[in-house]
Amino acid sequence: MSERGHIPESRQREKPRADLKWIGKSMKRVEDPRLLVGKGVYTDDVNLPEMAHAAVLRSPHAHARIVSIDVSKAAALPGVLCVMTGADAAAVCDPLPTWASPPVLQPAIAHERVRHVGEAVAAVAAEDRYIAEDACELIEVEYAPLPPVVDPEEALASTGDAVLHPDRGDTNIALERKLTFGPVEEDFAAADLVIERRFRWPRSGGQPLETVGAVASYDEGSGRFTIQCNTSMYNYCGWMIADTLRVAPHKLNIVPTLAGGSFGSKMFVHKVPIIAAALARAAGQPVKFMEDRIDNTTSCDNHASDRVYYAKLALKRDGTLLSLKTRIIDDYGAYFQFGVGQHGNALSQCVGPYRINSVEVDLAAVLTNKCQQGAYRGFGSEVANFVIERLVDAAADELGMDRIALRRQNFIQPDQFPYLIPTGNMYDSGNYQAVLDETLKLADVEHWRAKQAEARAEGRHIGIGIATCQERSVFSATEFWMWNLEPGVEWTSSPDGVSVKIDPTGKAFVTLHSPFWGNSPETVAAQVLAEQLTIDPADIEITYSDTDQGLNSTGPGGSRFTVMVTGAIVGAAGKIREKLLRIAAHLMEADVRDLALEDGAVHVKGVPDMKMSIAELADKAHYYRLSMPDDLDLTSGLDATYVYDHPVTTLPDADERHMGIFYPIMGHSCHIPVVEVDIETGQVHFLHYAAVHDCGTMVNPMTLEGHIRGGTVNGIGTALFEEFRYDEAGQLTTALWTDYLIPTIKESPADIVVGHVETPSPFTEYGVKGGGEGGRMGGPPAIAAAIEDALKPLGVTIDSLPLLPSRLRALIREAQAKQA
Amino acid sequence: MAEASVTLTVNGREVSATVDPRTLLVHFLREQLQLTGTHVGCDTSQCGACTVHLDGRAVKSCALLAVQLEGADVTTIEGVGGPDEMHPMQTAFKENHGLQCGFCTPGMVMKGIDIANRHAAPDEATIRRELEGNLCRCTGYHNIVESIAAGAREMSG
Repeated sequence: MSERGHIPESRQREKPRADLKWIGKSMKRVEDPRLLVGKGVYTDDVNLPEMAHAAVLRSPHAHARIVSIDVSKAAALPGVLCVMTGADAAAVCDPLPTWASPPVLQPAIAHERVRHVGEAVAAVAAEDRYIAEDACELIEVEYAPLPPVVDPEEALASTGDAVLHPDRGDTNIALERKLTFGPVEEDFAAADLVIERRFRWPRSGGQPLETVGAVASYDEGSGRFTIQCNTSMYNYCGWMIADTLRVAPHKLNIVPTLAGGSFGSKMFVHKVPIIAAALARAAGQPVKFMEDRIDNTTSCDNHASDRVYYAKLALKRDGTLLSLKTRIIDDYGAYFQFGVGQHGNALSQCVGPYRINSVEVDLAAVLTNKCQQGAYRGFGSEVANFVIERLVDAAADELGMDRIALRRQNFIQPDQFPYLIPTGNMYDSGNYQAVLDETLKLADVEHWRAKQAEARAEGRHIGIGIATCQERSVFSATEFWMWNLEPGVEWTSSPDGVSVKIDPTGKAFVTLHSPFWGNSPETVAAQVLAEQLTIDPADIEITYSDTDQGLNSTGPGGSRFTVMVTGAIVGAAGKIREKLLRIAAHLMEADVRDLALEDGAVHVKGVPDMKMSIAELADKAHYYRLSMPDDLDLTSGLDATYVYDHPVTTLPDADERHMGIFYPIMGHSCHIPVVEVDIETGQVHFLHYAAVHDCGTMVNPMTLEGHIRGGTVNGIGTALFEEFRYDEAGQLTTALWTDYLIPTIKESPADIVVGHVETPSPFTEYGVKGGGEGGRMGGPPAIAAAIEDALKPLGVTIDSLPLLPSRLRALIREAQAKQA
Repeated sequence: MAEASVTLTVNGREVSATVDPRTLLVHFLREQLQLTGTHVGCDTSQCGACTVHLDGRAVKSCALLAVQLEGADVTTIEGVGGPDEMHPMQTAFKENHGLQCGFCTPGMVMKGIDIANRHAAPDEATIRRELEGNLCRCTGYHNIVESIAAGAREMSG
């Protein structure tokens, strides 16, 4: 075992093959018909008899003590069924689930103190939503304001009244850790050059079109809750919701609905279902709580990484990269749901596609009077991509080297995989040169360099950017190890399960144990099962389990779904295939080894006419037990479940020399945008955009391209427009979509030219890698580089996002003043 | 609270109802008529997930009161086509992968039909200009433009 750990043997069963019938095809989506005709059931479409509707009164203050609450007028309003304050909620609920240890206690409804604008102060259930909102306006709350903490670097020094959680000590630092991987000091001592930069990554969020909601009911007879909700991870850790509601885990059933997008923001939804459930129990009837947009933007898990980086890259004069040091201050907001998981995530690929020998991370996670952080497409690793790519660009500029040439020189080479990076994570496979070459071809860089020269001669500003970024996929729970100062969650399992049955007529049924999140789970499952059993996807029906029926399943997130469900279906289909062959062998009086499953039938090899269809065999399996071998283990029917464990992980090192393998299925992308910047207005226009991704074997190129284009536009939003911006008083000034600028069609490039390279993973079934987040991982650094290139004649340096026209104008004015 | 009555046509059927005068059209459709295919996204008329047809033109149903619609003719996504007999615009979205999570989709389809009704063969620039008021967070719009162009071709053909 080296300093960086060891690489286990592959457990892959299905190799990538050229003769696959369904995997690799752009099959039209199974999910689409009901969504297209308005019959998809999202949470807000669930209606139960006698169902009440909830609304939540939210704090107008960033930081204050609640002196008093008077709900009498609200409770007296006709149509109001129940009003719940923080004190009422605390009497029936424990603090919300958290992965941080020691925990930062978070109530479902604020009690005695509010810590951010938008925090719930009281909840109302009423006959309809309009009445519930009227009632909220009748609640009288007296606040005693406390000093708001808004700036993350100032939060490092907070004391006294400015401390959000005095029970954790007189500080707003939730966690501070320095981790060193490899000989950092020696590498810096050996360097000819150190690039030093300060970067600012803005707080943005997934902002799906659908907010979070829950429909909860409580059955007094059985003492059970049922919660229908657009959440995920319910079959992994849904019991935590039961804990908060103070019922035993088997007294809660979580039923997934369709989710109208997540992008990470619905990964483990907790506040909304708990408020709905607490109200339902108190009101004695079902309650729907559907967030409105302000509920969601001010108080859900929709805010992502909000970081200041002081970064240093050590390198040799010849361009050899040596070592990376970062001091990071991350503004976590008022609570700490996932601990610093976003930084564990970043360490999976913090050296990018480059050979960098050592890494140091010095992290301070601070608490401020803002909404807590959650997850958004990249979960923190996209920030690491931005940092390393900006540093490499700066290094190339400093050395007078070409930005592309410096990248090529430092790429991990195709024959070096599987490759352990200094943090211990493994890159399973890759071909970064091939991805770069393909992107250069699609981008036609030569053409745009000529255009750029022409434009410059005319005083116009065209720029070409490049980013070569990692696209980690398939997260493992072992990434959590550095989350906590005290022993906390130390899980090592992160599986996904599936149930498959063939009915007596030969139709196939798949039960997924994680939800529809806006991706294509049914299409993936249908394609892989069709491949495995040689059947038609039209003969497969897909449903979703609740927690009552659920198998251990981590769910989508961290670009897991396609890899994990493919693995689970291969496992389950293998069992079914084995039984089919065994029954066929018995009935056809043949040796199992002489049989093959092909085109939906088992036949004797070399004798195509001697065959039985799956439907015939299923009929026998279900109804003709006495025609079967007399074995105890051969039961009637044709069904299988399979829980597929993460394909390759290892334990973190006990001495913290490395984190083990925790995010190893490593995709890669290259983005080359061409932009024109109008220096008078600060507006950015896309002239061209090429993006090539390597997500291993593609299950469905059509849906993968959809992810790449959509993710890239998310990246454009992060780079140019989006920010949850808090003013000095801690007011969120971009709570509505009038101010928080999601890219409309006008800001989205007319065409993002997408290309693919397929370097199959040697560890996953068929060599598939996840590709759900990659667009947003590659876009921001590439766009920043393109804008910097456009403004090169002015000497503008880009080190913070978003690059709103006003921000670009400020940079341009500053540069022009300097030049004058 | 005073209640008001309204009579209008929804998906070809006459509907008479008593409503709280402040009821938004989108809530009337979703809550009272159980036509839940029309969605609420942003609450501020930015996103267009609630787009329906009012007398043949696309409108945002979160920006109208139900009582304003006396005598009006409203069509929602449910009135456009079912799973077995999809409207050409719905089929075009399926064929061109014009949706992912599907939440903006009913609004996009309604807007797409409206565009096709007003422009026989809309070019890309026209579609992009017309779609300014409909947000999608999943697709990056590329395939939505393709879908509407294909749907419009099919409708005029």
